[in-house]
Amino acid sequence: MARTRDESSPLFAGNAAGTLRLIFYLALAMVLMVLDHRNGWLWRVRYAASVVVEPVYRLANLPGAGMRTLTVAFADRKLLTEQNQRLREDLLLANARLNRMAGVAEQNQRLKELLDTQRSLDLNVQLARVVGVDLGAYQQRLVLNLGARDGVKPGQPVIDAHGVMGQVVEVLPTTSVVMLVTDPAHAIPVVVERSGLRTVAYGARDGSGMVLPNIPLAADVRPGDRLLTSGVGGRFPPGFPVGKVLSVAAGASGMFRVAQVQPAADIDRSEDVLLLHDQAEPDGPPAPAVPAGPPAALAPAPGAATGSAPAAAAPAGGRQPPRADATTPAAAGSTP
Amino acid sequence: MNRQRLPLWWFAGTLLLALLLMLVPLPAPLEPFKPYWPALVLLYWALEAEDRVSLGLAFLLGLGADLFDGVLLGEQALRLTALVFIALRFRSRLRFFPMWQQTLAVLALLLNDRILLLMVRVLSGAPVPPASWWIAPFVGAALWPFLFLLLDDLRVRLRIQ
Repeated sequence: MARTRDESSPLFAGNAAGTLRLIFYLALAMVLMVLDHRNGWLWRVRYAASVVVEPVYRLANLPGAGMRTLTVAFADRKLLTEQNQRLREDLLLANARLNRMAGVAEQNQRLKELLDTQRSLDLNVQLARVVGVDLGAYQQRLVLNLGARDGVKPGQPVIDAHGVMGQVVEVLPTTSVVMLVTDPAHAIPVVVERSGLRTVAYGARDGSGMVLPNIPLAADVRPGDRLLTSGVGGRFPPGFPVGKVLSVAAGASGMFRVAQVQPAADIDRSEDVLLLHDQAEPDGPPAPAVPAGPPAALAPAPGAATGSAPAAAAPAGGRQPPRADATTPAAAGSTP
Repeated sequence: MNRQRLPLWWFAGTLLLALLLMLVPLPAPLEPFKPYWPALVLLYWALEAEDRVSLGLAFLLGLGADLFDGVLLGEQALRLTALVFIALRFRSRLRFFPMWQQTLAVLALLLNDRILLLMVRVLSGAPVPPASWWIAPFVGAALWPFLFLLLDDLRVRLRIQ
């Protein structure tokens, strides 16, 4: 069986794989890697190749989806009943809360309108499913079943029922890739709920959670503190839960303290996630292509902000007045 | 004509299946145990049908895997090319090793592959992975005899040279 063809190959076959060709291919691979690392044009190739890639993703998703279907099909009746009961209670509770919130939200809306900001509490979201595809070991990424054709854009925040999961980094026609908040390359501006301290949460180097690497020594951060998105940087809208501080310790340099953070979102369990559609509010980002001159020269815009305050639809006219009182765009950049 | 095409389809089919297996997610606790399927299948073909497997094919397969993974274009191309090069170099010996020696050789190849990957990752600024990252090559080597016998058996049944 073993020797099908009795070829006259020496023990060290040299022809089949010449060293020269090896060097050529290795060099080619390295050039590709360096180019891709520097320019990041892989997504363009991937976009073109998505005709092939996406069906394969769907195919790779099948075993996982099948397993889920099977577990549901063979799940214990009692278990399902219990789960159903629990979900119903949750729904009831959530509805009760919502009803109470509705009044507050309306009031808030009115007050906000009075203050002449156009932000509102209701979210413009899109439900997406997680496609079960393994993008390589220890990659903190997810694939969603919505893409450019569904209006997904890179940079959109992704949340689940408990908190922020990450943001869209790559969009294919009908799928998109999400970088999770636990990715070491991810950073998210946060605020400590209790003390109001603003800082930036990074993905942990070992992918286990998140860290706050630079808390001033004097700052007030304790284990158990909840972190919310601060909205600084403009990428993530403010007020979403990000995580909970697990422990605080002195940093390696001794200049800062470092906190370990557990993400609020169910990072590895969520099957359905929400894509946020309001790209935050446009006051945070450093330079949203509005040159500093024109708005100041145009009298009406700043006048509207301080002056008569016409109730509702006033500021919708495109350019926003550079809000002086709003958050100072702190040095922390929005994202990686 | 169909008869002649069959070997080619079988060859391409196993490679594509390996790519697909690479993408299929495992439950989180089993994740570190996932072997590097494309390397194993490619290794089998490099040992059994050297005229089909060349460095160029390994490079293209790696490129395809990179497209699916979407991490760094060229990473797996580099790894698979190196792997196939070594396998083809020592092919004549590897083929006549007893199975346990062959398995050890595969283990060495897979470990070498992980080291290459580690170099690429670290150079591109990614963090050093945890210890469980090194389990996968051992799982791959443990699976090798079974994969080899299975593929060989199927090949004989399909009467593919």
